[in-house]
Amino acid sequence: MSAQFDQVSVGDELPTTDITVTRADLIRYAGASGDFNVIHWNERVATSVGLPGVIAHGMYTMALGGRYVSEWVGDAGAVLEYGVRFTNPVPVPDDETGATLTFGGKVTKTDQEARTATVTLTALSGEQKVLGKAIAVVRLP
Amino acid sequence: MGVNPQIAGKTYTGAPVYEVGREKIREFAVAIGSSDPVHTDPEAARALGHPDVVAPPTFAIVIAQRCEGQVMQDPEAGIDYSRLVHGEQKFTHHRPIVAGDRLTSVAHVDDARLMAGNGRVVTRVEITDAAGEPVATAISMVIIRAEEQA
Repeated sequence: MSAQFDQVSVGDELPTTDITVTRADLIRYAGASGDFNVIHWNERVATSVGLPGVIAHGMYTMALGGRYVSEWVGDAGAVLEYGVRFTNPVPVPDDETGATLTFGGKVTKTDQEARTATVTLTALSGEQKVLGKAIAVVRLP
Repeated sequence: MGVNPQIAGKTYTGAPVYEVGREKIREFAVAIGSSDPVHTDPEAARALGHPDVVAPPTFAIVIAQRCEGQVMQDPEAGIDYSRLVHGEQKFTHHRPIVAGDRLTSVAHVDDARLMAGNGRVVTRVEITDAAGEPVATAISMVIIRAEEQA
């Protein structure tokens, strides 16, 4: 898939996508990113600091949102700006199903001269908003 | 407790050069479930005009968090890492990060303050290439939660 600047307008919505997150995914992300904070893999420690259980790295959720918008653009190198606020943790149960994140997005601005589009993303874990102010600026062909 | 507001304005230049490898980009891409060949196939990346495989849009966190470690571990900052919560993150890519880049990173504390007992720190990591040209800016806001009252 590849979005074209001339075919994109403010108000366009990106198709929503569900992404499953399991404990194994968190371990793999910990290794790849170098973020070994124990609350992302150890239930005992996570609950001892008042969390509902092991939670996903905020940066993992953000990375999945980055992947989602990159897939829409068709070039991961075209994401010029990307920022988020972490609004709620994503608990990841110790089972085969894990957690499901639902990503969506809407074009909120376009810049003819720079050939860029601003996409406002949404990320839900069940009913909970897990990313706020999630905004990406992408360059389109 | 929280953070020492005196570290606002401090700059940390001690991070070693980070050399971006194709296999590290592949590992990160696999970890986030991306099957886009731009991360793994140099030919696919070149077809889009990139000199080599391209890192995913949040890959800079690998470099930025190592660099920010200097702030978190600075005894003057007085930050209790176990009470730290990531509040916000933003990346600005001046150009994509590609395999073969040799990147230098410098951390700047843009803000450090106490708010109702919690510490709030904004760190900006400026990432530049071997020629000194800007590659990415990574801004993070973290909260250091206050100790519970006994």
